[in-house]
Amino acid sequence: MATRTPTTPTSLDVDGLLADPGVGIIVCCGSGGVGKTTTAAALGIRAAESGRKVVVLTIDPARRLAQSLGLTELDNTPRPVAGVDLGNGGSLDAMMLDMKRTFDEVVEAHATPDKAAQILENPFYQAVSSSFAGTQEYMAMEKLGQLRTQAERDGTWDLIVVDTPPSRSALDFLDAPKRLGSFLDGRFVRLLMAPAKAGGRAYLKVFSVGVDLAQRTLSRVLGGQMLQDVQTFVAALDTMFGGFRERADVTYALLKEDTTAFVVIASPDRDALREAAFFVDRLGQERMPLAGVVVNRLQSLGASALSASRAEDGLGQLTEAGDEDSLTAGLLSLHVDLASTAARQHGFVSRFAASHPHVRLSTVAASATDVHDLDGLREVGRLLAG
Amino acid sequence: MPSSTLAELSAARLHVVTGKGGVGKTTVAAALALALASTGKRVLLAEVEGRQGLSQTFDVPPLGTDEVRLVSHPSGGELWGLSVDAKAALLEYLQLFYKLGRAGTALEKVGAIDFATTIAPGVRDVLLIGKIYEAAGRPRGGRGGGSKGGALHYDAVVLDAPPTGRAVRFLNVNAGVADVARMGPIKSQADSITRMLHDPRTLVHMVTLLEEMPVQESLDGLRDLEAVGLHIGALVVNQIREPRLTAANLAALDGADDDLDELLRTELTAAGLRPTGPMVKGLVQEGRDHALRLELQDEMAKEIAAAGPPVIELPALADGIEEGGVAVLTDELLAQGVA
Repeated sequence: MATRTPTTPTSLDVDGLLADPGVGIIVCCGSGGVGKTTTAAALGIRAAESGRKVVVLTIDPARRLAQSLGLTELDNTPRPVAGVDLGNGGSLDAMMLDMKRTFDEVVEAHATPDKAAQILENPFYQAVSSSFAGTQEYMAMEKLGQLRTQAERDGTWDLIVVDTPPSRSALDFLDAPKRLGSFLDGRFVRLLMAPAKAGGRAYLKVFSVGVDLAQRTLSRVLGGQMLQDVQTFVAALDTMFGGFRERADVTYALLKEDTTAFVVIASPDRDALREAAFFVDRLGQERMPLAGVVVNRLQSLGASALSASRAEDGLGQLTEAGDEDSLTAGLLSLHVDLASTAARQHGFVSRFAASHPHVRLSTVAASATDVHDLDGLREVGRLLAG
Repeated sequence: MPSSTLAELSAARLHVVTGKGGVGKTTVAAALALALASTGKRVLLAEVEGRQGLSQTFDVPPLGTDEVRLVSHPSGGELWGLSVDAKAALLEYLQLFYKLGRAGTALEKVGAIDFATTIAPGVRDVLLIGKIYEAAGRPRGGRGGGSKGGALHYDAVVLDAPPTGRAVRFLNVNAGVADVARMGPIKSQADSITRMLHDPRTLVHMVTLLEEMPVQESLDGLRDLEAVGLHIGALVVNQIREPRLTAANLAALDGADDDLDELLRTELTAAGLRPTGPMVKGLVQEGRDHALRLELQDEMAKEIAAAGPPVIELPALADGIEEGGVAVLTDELLAQGVA
């Protein structure tokens, strides 16, 4: 291998990653609009066509991309993707996450039929399961755990590629499940349940003063009816808390295993790379295995040997000679633009690489048109592999 | 819902800026707020996702829960910034409406504040947008101060809203809490907020790029926003690439490779450059890619124009948004008659 210099970071060996039988889960994360879903789909196709048995879990794909994967309905079940070359013995399934359904299934799996029915009907549960800010993240994790169990049990898949929810911050994906877990274990839940329990008075004594005050205030602020719904919900869930916590912990632990590989996606601009840096640092703190960073949509140059300044000089000469409308003048002026964009993007990527010298990078050149079919995804996969 | 014209935009009191992730929402919101402030208005620019996008855009320390002045304009206009925090908004709300004092602390101690701001469905959104409601309706001379003839503290509020996918739920406050609070104080707060959001002086602007996925998501988003009773302001098309090639240039690029090779070698020599095979091929490739991109852009622009709302066009900045690009976009907005 060539010696490493700070400006040429080690590249991410995508084909090596996809071929590694020791890698069973690839998690694609990054801030919104950087091409997470596209990257996840492209990795999935490339892995399947080279012989892996793959399932891709997408969260919220753009409509045309979803269609290209045959995802026309949200039924929470992996379905085979048509049009994939299975000549190497691989396979490709894809699914879109239905968070409410996933939540319902968790409830059904952990409660008696009576209790489950009671929970599913509770208005507060219905709102939590379809709109709570962290539900999507939590359910993505839950689904990942389910797919993994199924893969191990039936041998259906040997690689799970998961796209992460379009969170405010990429870190939400890691934090949301813990937040729900700590809420379920927290004092507030016990406080809410206290009146529903026999001997609630005695139970309350273990709290410090102010509980009564908090209770009364809650009732005043929330309104009695909402408080009652919350209490019923929490009481009904009571029996399942252990199961909830345990599952969240198991999935979190799964993310730390050597068989998991995180791929952090960014676009070549300051904000997306800053977000990527936060995420990379966080994975390090959590000792979660980072495979590398993918920088999407990098401006590529056809005439890469022609510098912007030489092109500008040439353009000047043509303009002086009155040839500013010639094809070459047009192409040179275009090249100046492209070269300066490329240089700026290169600067952002280099700065990231300099402050994260051990992070492997893969860059994907921007394509002239948008990606929304299998061929487009294959091309992205080819570019990812370098 | 009838859509506004660009001239009507400046009369709006609350501007909500949304769009798919990565299209430049925060930058556009900042440019719009600056444009409004440059006409002598006192403007508040608020973000609600704690991303500190405004702090990065204006290169100031991270914004907290207090409103801070970001810019004073010679016209007398002022731009203030705020990063709305759900927890602070809740405590302020409780204090303001319930005079809670010690009870607020008790709620915090038992974890009720955390519950309301992170877990309870819809409540978080009501709190965030409730703060915007408070700021937008705050009388001149401070809260509780006598409103002299209904004069307001801020002439306009610009909200850097969540991305399209979440914006509809975020702005459809009533539906968000309806399931959990059919009556009671939260319901009535949600009702007041909804009245403000449905007022014709509240406009939602959709930022997009001329690329397939963002355009599709924007058009879907417009429909969803209108369906919940919101008024659409402008479709802001961001990062438009200026054609670098004339129509004649583009036609010439369709020619045979050999002819192009000869033409370019001659012209490059005249330009004082020493043409090489890869250079010629590369330039032609760049030109053809550009032509494809322009074609796609035109197609997308047609879809945008047909959507109905007035369109604002903002250029792609060769130096990127990081180097003073917001000022360029502000001037563009002013030139297009936005403020």
